[in-house]
Amino acid sequence: MKRRGRAVLESVGAHALILVFVGFALYPVLWVVALAFSGNDTPEARLLPVPVQPTLKHLVEVVGPSPSGSWLFGRQLLNSLVVSGATAVVGIGIAIPTAYALARFEFVGKKTGVRALLATQMFPAVASAVPLYMLLSALGLLNSRTGLVLCYASTAVPFAIFQLRAAFESIPVELEEAAMVDGATRFGAFLRVVLPAARPAIAVTGLFAFMSAYNEFILAATLLGSEDMFTLPVVLQRYVGEHSANWPAFAAGALVVSLPVMALFYVVQRHLVAGLTAGAVKG
Amino acid sequence: MSSLSPRRGRARVAPAHLVRVALAALVTLFALGLPGCAAERGPAPIRLWHAYRGDEERALAALVATWPGPPVELLALPADAFAAKLQAAIPLGAGPDVYIDAHERLGDFRARGIVAPVGDALEEGAFAPEVLAAVEQQGVAYGVPLTLKSAALYVNDALVPTDPPDLESIAELRLPEGVYPLAYEAENAYFHAAVLHAFGGSFLAPAGEPGATPGASDAFGFVGEPAERSLELVRSLVDRGVVPADADGALVTRLFAAGKAATAISGPWLANDLPPETPHFRVIPLPKVRAAGGTPLRPMLTVEALMLSPAGAARPEVRAFARFVASTEGTAVLRREARAVPARRDAEGLLEGEALRRAFDDPALAADALVSAFAAQARVAIPMPTSVAMRATWEPAARAIKKVLRGDTAPAEALAEAKQRFDDARPKAVPAARPEPLVAILGVLCLAAAFWLVRRARQREFRASVRRSLPAYAYVLHSVVVLGVLVFVPLFAGAAISLAVGRPGELTYVGGYNFVEILTARGGPLFASGSFYLVLLVTLAWTAVNLFFHLGIGLVLGLLLSRPTLRLKALYRVLLIIPWAVPSYVTALAWKGMFHRQFGAVSALLSAVNDVFGTDLESIAWFSRFSTAFAANCTTNIWLGFPFMMVVTLAGLTAIPKDVLEAAEVDGATRWQRLWHVTLPLLRPTVMPAAVLGAVWTFNMFNVVFLVSGGEPDGQTDILVSEAYRWAFTREAQYGFAAAYSVLIFLLLFAGTELPGLVRRWRARRRPTPRAEVAS
Repeated sequence: MKRRGRAVLESVGAHALILVFVGFALYPVLWVVALAFSGNDTPEARLLPVPVQPTLKHLVEVVGPSPSGSWLFGRQLLNSLVVSGATAVVGIGIAIPTAYALARFEFVGKKTGVRALLATQMFPAVASAVPLYMLLSALGLLNSRTGLVLCYASTAVPFAIFQLRAAFESIPVELEEAAMVDGATRFGAFLRVVLPAARPAIAVTGLFAFMSAYNEFILAATLLGSEDMFTLPVVLQRYVGEHSANWPAFAAGALVVSLPVMALFYVVQRHLVAGLTAGAVKG
Repeated sequence: MSSLSPRRGRARVAPAHLVRVALAALVTLFALGLPGCAAERGPAPIRLWHAYRGDEERALAALVATWPGPPVELLALPADAFAAKLQAAIPLGAGPDVYIDAHERLGDFRARGIVAPVGDALEEGAFAPEVLAAVEQQGVAYGVPLTLKSAALYVNDALVPTDPPDLESIAELRLPEGVYPLAYEAENAYFHAAVLHAFGGSFLAPAGEPGATPGASDAFGFVGEPAERSLELVRSLVDRGVVPADADGALVTRLFAAGKAATAISGPWLANDLPPETPHFRVIPLPKVRAAGGTPLRPMLTVEALMLSPAGAARPEVRAFARFVASTEGTAVLRREARAVPARRDAEGLLEGEALRRAFDDPALAADALVSAFAAQARVAIPMPTSVAMRATWEPAARAIKKVLRGDTAPAEALAEAKQRFDDARPKAVPAARPEPLVAILGVLCLAAAFWLVRRARQREFRASVRRSLPAYAYVLHSVVVLGVLVFVPLFAGAAISLAVGRPGELTYVGGYNFVEILTARGGPLFASGSFYLVLLVTLAWTAVNLFFHLGIGLVLGLLLSRPTLRLKALYRVLLIIPWAVPSYVTALAWKGMFHRQFGAVSALLSAVNDVFGTDLESIAWFSRFSTAFAANCTTNIWLGFPFMMVVTLAGLTAIPKDVLEAAEVDGATRWQRLWHVTLPLLRPTVMPAAVLGAVWTFNMFNVVFLVSGGEPDGQTDILVSEAYRWAFTREAQYGFAAAYSVLIFLLLFAGTELPGLVRRWRARRRPTPRAEVAS
C-alpha cells in the first residue's frame, strides 16, 4: 500500500514538474497567438496572453489567396516542405554511410576527418557567405532549389554524422556478424540489419535536418530568384518592412508555419516510443 | 518503365527496383531544378526587384501592368535580405535590371559597383534640385527619384483640436490620465535627427567652409553644443513622462491607435499600419522648438529611387521603363493606390493651409490630405547623407542616445564616447603588405606536407593500413566531396579575407594587420568596453550558462518523459518542442516584448506577485544593466534550445537496452544508482556530441543577442560573433575585420574542443596508472 502511495506521489510530482516546463514553453508562444488573433491591441501590461477583440483577419491575410488570384501561400508551403524534406533525405543519405564507416571501420585519416567535421560548425557564416554564393554561381546552382537543398544538406551533415555514429555504435556488432555468417555481404548487413535497428535515430536526425532548413530565410532569399520558388520563411519575412512591420500577420504566419513541424514531430516520436518500449536492440 | 518491359522487370526484381528509385530521385532533382532553367523566348524581360509590401506592392504591380514595353518580372524581397541579395547577385550578372531602394544606400552601392548612372532615364527638369542632389554622386545622377519619405506629426483630433505651435506646448497639453502627449521612438537615431537638426547639428559634420556647397563630410558630427542640447531636451521630455521610454515602432503604433498618445512622430507607414478603429487624426509638419530659438524640427528625408544595375543601365528599354515608372502618370498611380508622396515637382492637387486641414475630415479627400501633409513636410526635411560613413554613425549615435535617456551618463560624456567609437571603427589607411612572407610560409608548408607524405608512403605499414582503409573510403567518399566543395572551399576563402582590408572587390592584402588590431584592442585598454578580451569573457559566460541549462532541462525532461507509466506523454512531448518549432525570429521578439519595462508581461507578473504577497517589487529597465540584459538573453536562448537537448536525450534513451536496466534492478541498485551508473553513462555517446555542438552553436548564436538585447547596454552583452556581424554590416563593410573575428572564433573553439583530449593524454603520459578507464 505504502509503495503504491509513493508511486502516485511520484507520478503527481512528475506531472507537476513537466507542467511547469510546459508553461515555460507555451507562455511566450501564447503571446504570439494573442498578437496574431487580436483585432485591436491596447498597450498595457497584461499577465494573461489572451487575444483582444479576437479576429481571424490576420490569418486570412497570410493564408488567403494573393492579390493576383493564385494561391501563392500553398505553393510556397509546398516549396518549404519539398526543400526541407529533400534536405533531410539528402543530408541523411550523405551522413548514413559516413557515420557507419566512422562507427565500424578503422581507417587512415579518421581522426582528422572527425575533427574537420566538428571544425565546419565553428566558423561563423558571416565570412563564408559571399564565397559560397560565388561558388554556387560557378556551379550554375543559383536560382535553383537544388542549390539551396545542397547548401542546407551540407550544413546539416556534420551533426547528422555525429548523431548517427553514436546510434550505430550502440548497435551490437554481433548482429551484423551473424548476418555475414549467414552469407550477407558487409553492405548487405548494413542495409538489412543496421539500418532498421537504427530507425529511431535516423528519424530523429532527419527531423533535425528538416528543422534546420525549414526556418531559414537569409540563404533562401539570397539564392532563390522568383516568388513561386520562395520558401515560407522568406515570404513571412516580407511582413517586416524597413520602417514598420505587420506584426500580427507575421505572428499568424509564424504559427501556421510551425504546424507541419509539430505534425512531423508527432509522427517521428512514435519511433522514440517504439524504441523505448519494445527495446528494439537487445545487447 | 516496368510496363514497357514486363518480362525483364520480373526477371530481375531487385535491380529494377533500384533503377526505379534512382529514376525517381533523378526526376525529383530535375523537378527541383527545372524552373531555374526554363527557356525564355522573345524580348528579354525587365527584372525589377523591390522590398515594398502591402499597398505599395499592389500599387507598383498595378503601375507595371500599364507598361506597354517588354514584359517586366517583379520580385518582392524581404527588406532584411534586400541589400545582401543585391550585393551578391548583381556582380555575378544574376541580379535585376532595375531596383527600388532608399537614396542613402547609393554611396555604398556605388562603391560596390552595383549601380550605374541612370542617363536618359532621368527626366530633365522634373525634380527639385535638393531631391536631385540626393541621388547624385559627384554630380552624376545614380537614381531616378520616385517617392519621398520623412517623419511628420500625427495629431489626435479629439485630444488636440488646435495645432500646437511648438514642442513645448505639446508637453504642456492637458490630457486624460495615462495619455502621453507625444509618442515617438526617442532612442532611435533616425528620429532623434529631427531634434538634432532643429538645434543646427547633424550626425556627419558639414563639409568644407560654412556657406560652401552643402554636403556632409565623413567626420562624426554628433558632438558639441547642438548635440548636447538636443539630448538634454529629449531627456527632459522622457523624464517628465511626455514621451514614453523604450518605445519601438510597434509601441508607437499601438499607443496612437488606442488613443493613448495625443500626438506621434512617424512616417507615412504609420498611416498604413493604423487600424480602422483609430481615433480621427490629422498630419501636420513637425512643430517648432522653443528651446532652439523657434526653429522647427527637421526630419531626415529619404528619396526612394529607381536604381539601375550596370547591365540594366546599358539597355535602352530598361531606362525607358525607369522613366515611365517615375513619370507623372506613374507616380500618380503610386500616390492614388498607396498614398506615396511623389518626388516630382509637378505633382498636382496638393492641398495647403486651411484646405488641407478640412480635407482630413472629408473621407473622399483623406488620402490626398495625407500625401499633401507629407509633401509639405518633405520640403523642410533634410536629405540623408549618402556617404558610407553615414551608415556607421547609427550604432554609436544610438548608444549615446540610449545612455543619456536612461540617465546613465551626461550628454557631453556619452557623445565624446560615441565620437571615439566612430573614429575607432573607421577604416584606416593601411599600407599594403608585401605578399612574399605569406607565399614563403605557404611554400614551406606545402613542401613540408609533401615531404611528410612521401615519407609516410615509403613506410610499408602505412601503405598496408591505407590499403586496409579502402573499403571504409567507399563509405565516406561522397561526403568528403560534398562537404569539401560546399563547406570547406567557402570557409577557406572566407578565412583568407581576414588577411585583407577594404570592401569586397577591392581588397588589399595587409598580412596580420586585422589580427594585431583586434588582439591589441586597437590601441585602447585591453579590457575596455567592446574589446576582444572583454567580449570573449561575456561569450564564455553566455556559452556556459546556456549549455548548463540546456543540458539540465533537456536531461530532466527527457528522463521524465521516458517514464513508462507516464500518461499524456505524446501530448507533453509535442507541447514541449513548440519553442523549437515556431520560427525563432518571432518568438525572440515576443520575449523582448515581455521584458518591456512598462508594458511587458514580466512587469505584469511582478505586479501580480506584489498584489498577492504584498511585496514591493518594481519592474526595472531590463536592458539598462548588464546583469539583467544578460539574464534576458540567456532566458530566451535557454527557452529556444532546451527542446533540442530533450529530443536528443529521448533519442539516446531509445538506444539503451532495457535489459541492462533490468539487470541493474535485479542486482539491487536503487533508482539513483541506476540513473548515475547506468543510464547517464549510456546516454553519454548520444548526448556528448550534441552537447559539444550545442556549445559551438551557442558560442556563435548571434540572432538572439541581436533580437533581444541588441547588445545593450552599450554593447556589453554583445558576443564575439555579433562583433563580427557589426564589422561586416554596420561599420562600413569591413569584411577583413569580420573575417579575422571569425578566424579567431574558429581558433578558440577548435582549441576549446581539442584541449580536454590533449590534457587527458598529457596526464596519462605523466602518471601512467594501472587502472584502465572503466566507462569506455
